[in-house]
Amino acid sequence: MDLEIIGITVLGVFLFGYIMVASIDFGAGFFNAYSTLTGKQHILTKVIQRYLSPVWEVTNVFLVFFFVGIVGFFPKTAYYYGSTLLVPASIAIILLAIRGSYYAFTIYGGLKHRRYTLLYGLTGLFIPASLSIVLVISEGGFVTMEHFGPALDYWTLFTSPLSWSIVVLSLTSVLYISAVFLTWYSRKAKDWGAVKLLRKYALGWSLPAIITAAGIIVEMRTHNPEHYDRLVDLWWMFALSVLLFAGTVYLLWKGIAYGLAFVLLTGQFALAFLAYGISHYPYLMYPYLTIYDSFTNEAMATSLVIAFIAGLGLLVPSLYLLLRLFLFNKEYVQGNRDDHV
Amino acid sequence: MGNEEAVFFSRVLTELTLSFHIIYATIGVGVPLMIMIAQWVGIKKQDEHYILLARRWTRGFVITVAVGVVTGTAIGLQLSLLWPNFMELAGNVIALPLFMETFAFFFEAIFLGIYLYTWDRFKNAKRHLLLLIPVALGASFSAIFITIVNAFMNAPQGFDLVKGQLVNVRPLVAMFNPAMPTKVAHVLVTAYMTSAFILAAIGAYRLLKGSNHTYHKKALFLTMKLGFVFSIATAIIGDFSGKYLAEYQPEKLAAAEWHFETGEGAPLILYGVLANDEVKYAIKIPYALSFLAHSSLYSSVIGLDQFPEEDIPPLYIHYLFDVMVTIGMWMVGLSVFYLLGMWLKWSFIEAKWFRWLIVLGGPLSIIAIEAGWWLAEVGRQPWILRGIMRTHEAATSSGQVDVMLWLFVGLYLILGIGSVLVLWRMFRKNPVERELADRAAEKAGDQKWILK
Repeated sequence: MDLEIIGITVLGVFLFGYIMVASIDFGAGFFNAYSTLTGKQHILTKVIQRYLSPVWEVTNVFLVFFFVGIVGFFPKTAYYYGSTLLVPASIAIILLAIRGSYYAFTIYGGLKHRRYTLLYGLTGLFIPASLSIVLVISEGGFVTMEHFGPALDYWTLFTSPLSWSIVVLSLTSVLYISAVFLTWYSRKAKDWGAVKLLRKYALGWSLPAIITAAGIIVEMRTHNPEHYDRLVDLWWMFALSVLLFAGTVYLLWKGIAYGLAFVLLTGQFALAFLAYGISHYPYLMYPYLTIYDSFTNEAMATSLVIAFIAGLGLLVPSLYLLLRLFLFNKEYVQGNRDDHV
Repeated sequence: MGNEEAVFFSRVLTELTLSFHIIYATIGVGVPLMIMIAQWVGIKKQDEHYILLARRWTRGFVITVAVGVVTGTAIGLQLSLLWPNFMELAGNVIALPLFMETFAFFFEAIFLGIYLYTWDRFKNAKRHLLLLIPVALGASFSAIFITIVNAFMNAPQGFDLVKGQLVNVRPLVAMFNPAMPTKVAHVLVTAYMTSAFILAAIGAYRLLKGSNHTYHKKALFLTMKLGFVFSIATAIIGDFSGKYLAEYQPEKLAAAEWHFETGEGAPLILYGVLANDEVKYAIKIPYALSFLAHSSLYSSVIGLDQFPEEDIPPLYIHYLFDVMVTIGMWMVGLSVFYLLGMWLKWSFIEAKWFRWLIVLGGPLSIIAIEAGWWLAEVGRQPWILRGIMRTHEAATSSGQVDVMLWLFVGLYLILGIGSVLVLWRMFRKNPVERELADRAAEKAGDQKWILK
């Protein structure tokens, strides 16, 4: 296998990891804020905090890992994406910064206010929207090459139906992923009030999520026909993904096996993500940048892969320990233990 | 916006983000070590006070870590957003330590989460202490790796430059560049030193503000001892850094020292002002610069006359050098007097004015850190990669850098004020006397429960 493919696979895995954990995080903030508006905060807040507190920092690292990794394996992306993304990425950084520090300030510092809770919930929706711009740009047609370098055409970006479809997709899937996970988590916590409410949210967001996902494929047909053809070639992967989606909804509907429902959901998104990634190949930014002409030199690629394997040797057992101590620890999840500093 | 303005605003924004980030980053590197030492002393001495010390530091630490993480994410992305040409070039050679830094950070994040939520979970207190080792190691190793990246910018190597293309890249050679040993060592010990003095400042402040609890006295003694050790180490490594500069980056040393003409037996210039190319009011220590540069009083030190004008860094870095060195020496002296005073039972170390000096030592150490970084970074101008790429060639072509600068100014104001307020409230609301009483009551309560 080419080193290029290994590089992009490594990054893909971490991007997918970030999409999953960040979706849970962003959605949780939104549901928490929404429940204060509807007077149901007492049902959700506890279970959400108990999950998020030990892992919020880890969520952030997935993102850092991805953008450091992509510059490492594909240095030219720094030139193409760095030059064009200043505004959307800066907005995302600022929102992430406010969100992360606010979380620490409230949980450990006791700074609490309804107004902030609502703001916190809203940032959770704006961040996926501003980050998904990267996906939009990668489809081509929004970046022009000027004499001084690549420039982003904001007018085309904001008037394109494709960009809005991707933004809406990111929002609906964030809420759907989060609701399904939290349903399972509150089931483990035996917090039946939260289970009931979150199951309703999960079912409610399932349909919008799948509809917007299908909508993207339609948009692609006019925006980037070449990419569209590649997507259609992979129809069987999307079909499998839809099947898994049906399974998740069925389990939620019946109110059984929430753990399995979340596993099916992960499979659904993983398949769709993989199929999208394969169809995108070999472009990083259509049509200027492919993974081959942007790839780093062989010596660096080899050493990055070695560092990556060694790093995983450290990370995987540590992550396992984290999950065992919190996510899969009955006493902690059910709130019988509170060993907070 | 022309390229010149984009370069200017990119520089300001990078400087702002880094200056803000290093306050929290320095605390983030040093404090876990202090927590570890306090907890270890507590377990060894079976002294509840030290354990509580570790616990209270940890609580404050979480707040600073949060700001450190989010501003660190900001600078990580800004590198590519503001300096795309630089990252494209340097990414080929220096991506390895950047990549390893995120691993260290990942490792730290995981174990910090575990450490925070497992106080009292383990029967054996030592097992909880063990969790802190990866936190402290992760923190120090992220500092090491990221400083390696910076060292590379000062002393790029590990590649061949053929017709503007980087070929024959050797990632490990790039990592172990000549600037790396002194830079890494200096960053680490100054972070430990600053954290120790900040924590000492807190202890001294509580003692000044009425509490006369032995808890604060123990805290002060422990942190001043640690501060002393690390400030001595800082001074020694600072000397090595001078020798490194004389050998590899003489223009930075010459600019910092206002050493205009190459010559033997060069004097060290302290303080003074530069007006119309003339140094006034300066203290000159004969032969000291030669000694600093080459460990010999009569050796020759390269002056600014050896460099073309466009390669000379701004001369105001001399003031930064003065600030850094003066504070460093001052803190060595202060901790020496404190320790001597404790040992010989001098009464002035309990006097108000002396404690105020210790309180002042915390912010002073942070100022020294800032001054030191500005010196190191501005002293590398006009290069972003010394000898390879000039700063103005590296910046973005985007026209919106100025707007982004204002947005980030707002962000750092919010984060700065927010973190200080939260920390203040946290410890105001829950003074150590109350926490000790609560813990005692809790234990008594447990016993009563068992007796019933």
